[in-house]
Amino acid sequence: MSYRITGNTGEWEIVVGLEVHAQVISNAKLFSGASASYGGEPNTHVSLIDAGFPGMLPVLNRECVAQAVRTGLGLNAQINLFSRFDRKNYFYADLPTGYQISQFAHPIVGEGKVLVDLADGTTREIGVTRLHLEQDAGKSVHDQDPTRSFIDLNRAGVALMEIVSEPDIRSPEEAGAYLRKLRQILRYIGTCDGNMEEGSMRADVNVSVRKPGEEGYRTRCEIKNVNSIRYVMQSIEVEAQRQIEIWEAGGEVDQETRLFDHVRSETRSLRSKEDAHDYRYFPDPDLLPLVIEQSWVDELKAALPELPEAKRERLEQDYGVSRYEASVLTAEQAVADFYETVAKGADARLATNWMLGDFFAALNRTGRSIEDSPVSAEGLRELLALISDSTINGKIAKEVLEDMVETGESASAIVERKGLRQVTDTGAIENSIREILAANADKVAEYKSGKDKLFGFFVGQTMKAMKGKGNPALVNETLKKLLSE
Amino acid sequence: MSLDAKTVTRIARLARIGLEPGEVDALGKEMGSIIDWVEQLNEVDVTDVPPMIGTGLAKPRLREDRVTDGNRRDDVLSNAPDREGPFYTVPKVVE
Repeated sequence: MSYRITGNTGEWEIVVGLEVHAQVISNAKLFSGASASYGGEPNTHVSLIDAGFPGMLPVLNRECVAQAVRTGLGLNAQINLFSRFDRKNYFYADLPTGYQISQFAHPIVGEGKVLVDLADGTTREIGVTRLHLEQDAGKSVHDQDPTRSFIDLNRAGVALMEIVSEPDIRSPEEAGAYLRKLRQILRYIGTCDGNMEEGSMRADVNVSVRKPGEEGYRTRCEIKNVNSIRYVMQSIEVEAQRQIEIWEAGGEVDQETRLFDHVRSETRSLRSKEDAHDYRYFPDPDLLPLVIEQSWVDELKAALPELPEAKRERLEQDYGVSRYEASVLTAEQAVADFYETVAKGADARLATNWMLGDFFAALNRTGRSIEDSPVSAEGLRELLALISDSTINGKIAKEVLEDMVETGESASAIVERKGLRQVTDTGAIENSIREILAANADKVAEYKSGKDKLFGFFVGQTMKAMKGKGNPALVNETLKKLLSE
Repeated sequence: MSLDAKTVTRIARLARIGLEPGEVDALGKEMGSIIDWVEQLNEVDVTDVPPMIGTGLAKPRLREDRVTDGNRRDDVLSNAPDREGPFYTVPKVVE
């Protein structure tokens, strides 16, 4: 189903491209030896290079280049063995040099693609135009003083990857799915933590609208620095609505930079960025062109971890899970690792059902993540083994899991302590059933005269009498036998 | 050639250089003559000559990913005209 917005003159299609800024995971900055870590005291992660002192020369960080190449490989993109750094010139208080070192004409990564899964089960391919390396700027603090802004340069010079998509996105849902997929890939490869709240991933959103079937694109607006997936989706909706109203009133959309205000749910023009598209790029004379070897790219490729797509397909094959189950289990690498530890050598179906059901429910209930799960993968596997070898039944196992979450004890210890071992002694089961049947002679008569549904009643009563510990298969079997006597 | 007043004013604004009204015409002429001079390069026939990007003699030296700098706030802020504690300050910038 294509996404359409209905205006006064009929339906409209939206056209969206995203520029994602992803902070590279590295120890040091892109061109200096200062720390790239988040949250230091103001202006302590700053070298004289980052502060724009005269005569200081940038030296490129090899690991940042490697991270960009790895990411490019993860996006099935072309890796450019030749790339170059340019100066992007603009004045802003948190940019001490007056230019950002970026890659304009020759980015390190060229065209690639991202496959996104949509809610209706379809898959869409979103093109990646390019990925380039650039420096982050510093941070301005506006609320400390009535007349002055305070500047902290800790972020200045930290490596960013700007990942530019083709204008292939046609709905807010696709934009969200693209960002989630991109974040998943970055996290798997370990090149960006994808944490949008801390600003380590943020998006500029290019939006335009047109009539379905219309050739070419109309004027677009760029919404700057949107810092959550939800806001990206919302901003697309309200900006498209705004543009449709302008076109339908006979006006023209101006190409401009805008800001999304989520409180008022509107976008506003950023007049200060009037000259934003006149950056007067030129090659940075302080830096030689970057030439890398194909053999190094091959090495990096060989060392890449299994990517989400491949992992999902493998789980489908190795463990017989459905495509949907596999995509839930591979959403995060840690979840997939946990699952494989549980499922390896166990009953895979049982492992899948328990992971996706009771185990995730327990995580949700306790507000814990997979990384600090109250139950280890080995612990869950032990619990499932107790089900598989008929030590306990499934119903009791749920109880045991809750106890494990609470006490941190192992499944077998809880089973012993509480005496939850399943009763497989047919004599004991038979005795319980005879008592139940004797106490419910009227129901037995009804059952024998054709009221089959009462079978469930007898099962329930028996299990209750046995405190839930009866082996369900044996209880069923014995009940059938005794009722037909 | 001479650059028109509008272009001169725009370039000055991008460079954050304030111009007196009387300077615009003279600057337009000067900048125009610089462009004319550089344009002499167009007289050279460069068909089939690949663009030279760098000298090709050197590859950049790359830095290892180690923290070797930082924690020198007093050096970093030594030229700040209006330091406030750990910060540089600038006239308020509000979006």
